[in-house]
Amino acid sequence: MKIMVAIKRVVDYAVKIRVKPDKSGVETKNVKMSMNPFCEIALEEALRVRESGLASEVVAVSIGPVQFTETLRTGLAMGADRAIHVEAPENIYPLTIAKILKALVDVEKPGLLFLGKQAIDNDQNQTGQMVAGLLKWPQGTFASKVVLDKEKQATVDREVDGGIETLCLDLPAVITTDLRLNQPRYATLPNIMKAKSKPIKKFTLQDLNVEIKSDLEVVEVTEPPKRKSGVILSSVDELIDKLKNEARVI
Amino acid sequence: MEDWKSTYRLLTHCKHFFHRRLSPNFHNSKPFCTSGSRNHCSQPSQLVKPYICNFQQEFQTFKHLPVSLVTNPWNRCRSQYRCFASQASIIQRRPDFSTISSEDLSYFKNILGERGVVQDEETLDAVNTDWMRKYKGTSKLMLQPRTAEEVSQILKYCNSRCLAVVPQGGNTGLVGGSVPAFDEVIVSISHMNKIISLDKVSGILVCEAGCILENLIAFLDNQGFVMPLDLGAKGSCQIGGNVSTNAGGLRLLRYGSLHGSVLGLEVVLANGTVLDMLGTLRKDNTGYDLKHLFIGSEGSLGIVTKVSILTPPKLSSVNVCFLACKDYASCLKLLLEAKRKLGEILSAFEFLDHGAMDLHYLLCYVEQVLKHLEGVRNPFPSSMHNFYVLIETTGSSESYDREKLDAFLLHSMENDLISDGVVAQDITQASSCWHIREGIPEALMKAGGVYKYDLSIPVEKMYDLVEEMGVRLGASAKVVAYGHLGDGNLHLNISTPQYDDNILSQIEPFVYEWTSKHKGSISAEHGLGLMKANKIHYTKSPETVQLMANIKKLLDPNGILNPYKVLPPSLFTES
Repeated sequence: MKIMVAIKRVVDYAVKIRVKPDKSGVETKNVKMSMNPFCEIALEEALRVRESGLASEVVAVSIGPVQFTETLRTGLAMGADRAIHVEAPENIYPLTIAKILKALVDVEKPGLLFLGKQAIDNDQNQTGQMVAGLLKWPQGTFASKVVLDKEKQATVDREVDGGIETLCLDLPAVITTDLRLNQPRYATLPNIMKAKSKPIKKFTLQDLNVEIKSDLEVVEVTEPPKRKSGVILSSVDELIDKLKNEARVI
Repeated sequence: MEDWKSTYRLLTHCKHFFHRRLSPNFHNSKPFCTSGSRNHCSQPSQLVKPYICNFQQEFQTFKHLPVSLVTNPWNRCRSQYRCFASQASIIQRRPDFSTISSEDLSYFKNILGERGVVQDEETLDAVNTDWMRKYKGTSKLMLQPRTAEEVSQILKYCNSRCLAVVPQGGNTGLVGGSVPAFDEVIVSISHMNKIISLDKVSGILVCEAGCILENLIAFLDNQGFVMPLDLGAKGSCQIGGNVSTNAGGLRLLRYGSLHGSVLGLEVVLANGTVLDMLGTLRKDNTGYDLKHLFIGSEGSLGIVTKVSILTPPKLSSVNVCFLACKDYASCLKLLLEAKRKLGEILSAFEFLDHGAMDLHYLLCYVEQVLKHLEGVRNPFPSSMHNFYVLIETTGSSESYDREKLDAFLLHSMENDLISDGVVAQDITQASSCWHIREGIPEALMKAGGVYKYDLSIPVEKMYDLVEEMGVRLGASAKVVAYGHLGDGNLHLNISTPQYDDNILSQIEPFVYEWTSKHKGSISAEHGLGLMKANKIHYTKSPETVQLMANIKKLLDPNGILNPYKVLPPSLFTES
């Protein structure tokens, strides 16, 4: 079985986000970019499945400008067998991404598609669900445990409000990964060197016959309001006064 | 660091429990050495229990899961507190120093107001004790001035009254330089923490001495600059203390020592004179460059109140790799290769040996068990290698730096210098790598007794000392080595189940003699403080030491500033 993993390049989790002065988006120039942490978890899970002998190949795919190949290289260094880069502009919305992924699935015919549950840059949390819908595949979202068996079934634990929900899916299926599923590995030096010679296949949107159109327009991106600094009061009376007259809670 | 701080808070919280166990003979003389006796307690307080467990037994055999540690830790709990009880060189409180009277207190309150005069026992207990809880003074008074003028008034008065003074910053020093030896008045500069200016073209920062290093780093980060120094204690240490200690740290390889990056200082002398040397010029050859006297003199010549420092621009591309080497010779070859192949982008080259790595794994394990936290992600699943090297590059172009780093790594692998390694793929991984290196001092503190030596030794001979020390001590102690290999600075640590004078006599003076014989320095970046004031002769000639003493007498005739430290106290007693 082949596993496909979708990977997104985002502003590094540890970087403090800055909004562009013209409020058109988040500043990404001269900012450290890395693999989306949830995608890293998805890739790690795929590698573990392959290592357990239930899959034969892991293909990492990424959709975006040419720099996205650097992130794919990281994926290859972690252990993916090969990679696919679909050249596309940045900031495409989930439905388009889902359509591109569907087209890639039609080409590659994987038995399982892993995605991170969401990307940490725009937190949309839609791509996995949409691609499952387009493919008409069963989906296990927010997976905190994945068990595959030889009868081509996957058991997925999902973290839901109030507990764990366990689903059984027939393959092929889409699984999106949550934070506690696993701890991704480091890219070791020998693997980084090996990754240099692994193939990255290029596709254009025309190749896949997908058109970009969006019904959404970003009006403005702003920083969250700054927290006001606290004040130290000298007496209980003052506190009561503030609660009554300023906060108006009593 | 955060974890350690919470531990420290817990420990200070339970100080009453340690307190009654302190040695009673603190008043008139202080046995002064690096050893001490360790107190055993049968009933540790509930709160402190999990944090002060003695891990030494597990340390030897931690791979066999120390379940007993969790289930029944009581019998292993011992206090880490040390007091001084040893025969080694006893120093006496200088009889000519006055003690604090009620007139003194009212004078200080007059200058500083009620809030600037601290007599509260709990606070004093914390500022009397050093970070390692190895040195403890008995000061009854801490002053918190807010301006250089107030510092000046304090010192002028103390000088006239012959009251001894110890300047204190973040109190993170490792040689007992920032805590009183006896009852010296503590002058804390913590409240002088304003950033005065930043020239955004030249990157020259002017700030007050009490600014915490991490705050300066955060401030500069927003402005596109970095501090030229960075060290593990950045969350607490203050720039004034860093300058006074001439702290080295992790970036010295790239940005050089503070003698280069500090452009000017404002210093208050013992007689209250405020010396304005707060230049912001890179080039200034007018007479003797006196600021250098105050960089690294550990507050014994004056109190630094303002600092002007040259900060380099922040570069966007940072790469970190953590590599394993099979022997020390490979580490040295790797250093040479790194200098040649990485050139201007090399910003740190740190090393640690397998002893240090074992400690890290133990600590991660214990943290996981005790606190149910996920440990740091380890780059290597187990400590199978003899040496580890952390290399950091900092540059302005991601792709260019990456290309250089890859070429260097490939070359080093082909030449068999590296046996394994990882390259951090994101900032979180990079900080995990740094965490290993920076977390060792904390890990050592938790593992039991530790004798710390901070040595500068020609790099090719550096590890010989560690090996010889290992042979000397045999199974009685664990020798752990790490340090700034790029700067020839070794941190030699001897970890023992408990402080023991027999072990100390095996280590000292051997370690100093060895260092002296190989033309090294017994203090690379920590300073001499109380711990090594009498050991200066191992590195400096008698003539040099005498000149230092003359300078001290010139600037501080009554010897009130940080007495008993830096220079041997015997130099000042005859006169």
